[in-house]
Amino acid sequence: MRRVLSGVALAVLLLSGPMAHAVQPDEMLPDPALEARARGLSKDLRCLVCQNQSIDDSDAPLARDLRLLLRERLVKGDSDAQAVAFLTDRYGDYVLLRPPVRPATYLLWFGPFALLLAGGAILLWRGRRGGADAAAPLTAPLTAEEKAQLAVLMRDGDEGKGRP
Amino acid sequence: MRRLMFLIPLVLFLGLAGWFAVRLKQIDRGDTPDRLPSVMIDKPVPAFDLPPLVEGQPGVASTGLADGKVRLVNFWASWCAPCRAEHPILMRLAGQGVDIRGIDYKDKAADGQAILARDGNPYAAVAMDQSGRTAIDFGVYGVPETYVIDRQGRIRYRQVGPITPQDLQTRILPLINELSK
Repeated sequence: MRRVLSGVALAVLLLSGPMAHAVQPDEMLPDPALEARARGLSKDLRCLVCQNQSIDDSDAPLARDLRLLLRERLVKGDSDAQAVAFLTDRYGDYVLLRPPVRPATYLLWFGPFALLLAGGAILLWRGRRGGADAAAPLTAPLTAEEKAQLAVLMRDGDEGKGRP
Repeated sequence: MRRLMFLIPLVLFLGLAGWFAVRLKQIDRGDTPDRLPSVMIDKPVPAFDLPPLVEGQPGVASTGLADGKVRLVNFWASWCAPCRAEHPILMRLAGQGVDIRGIDYKDKAADGQAILARDGNPYAAVAMDQSGRTAIDFGVYGVPETYVIDRQGRIRYRQVGPITPQDLQTRILPLINELSK
């Protein structure tokens, strides 16, 4: 019974982890629609102090300030793009956890696909070339010389019975 | 041709090793991956007008930073340990006649005043940014940060973290001299 209880407690603890957020009740906007927009935006904005957390997840004071600032902008009537631009004007694209697609980030966005294509092309090329070389000997009947070799091998095999 | 294919891993390895060597050298000189580029470079300082920290001294406002003088704007706080490490360098700079404007970031006035009274005040003027909004407008993400402001009031350089003697010799002082010409 105790074991079951502690197992349940552990499961609850583990499951509750990812749901914990840094947003404090006093930061939240009274308008649920605006608050939902703010939450959505702040999940994609980097906390510059911790650098691999979003401001939605981070307890850093600067993250809190940025959350409040974001909500202020939304209340003032900024669109999502305007509110995010307000931050990128100050902190650059680095505040965006999802880097924008532009020439400087082409390698980042398209590099993996380019590698995949290149790898695929090499495989295809090799496969085709290997096939061309191997196709003729595989389908042609054995020559007399090959038949003789085969006979020798078969005989050797019989003699070798019982050996490892 | 076949034989040359075996050289490909070697060439890749040498290229990678060379790139690592270059980056290690750069990191050694302080160009670490956590040092973020500032988008504020060459832009005018953001508009702000902050109240003074020390009685008898003026506050700091953006309008006063475009009067033909090259300056440093230093974000600091009494609760910030690296700022204490940087403090003697600021004192030395001030002694050499460099105009430094301080912005005390999210601090209690009494704490900020006490530190300056104890360690000395390198600032020609020092203001309080209690909301931290002016710092956000500058793109500050942690104290200390120091900005070199040119004669026209534009941001020309950002120092993230405490100014080291090396930063001073290789970047900041040469830039101040060049901008003051």
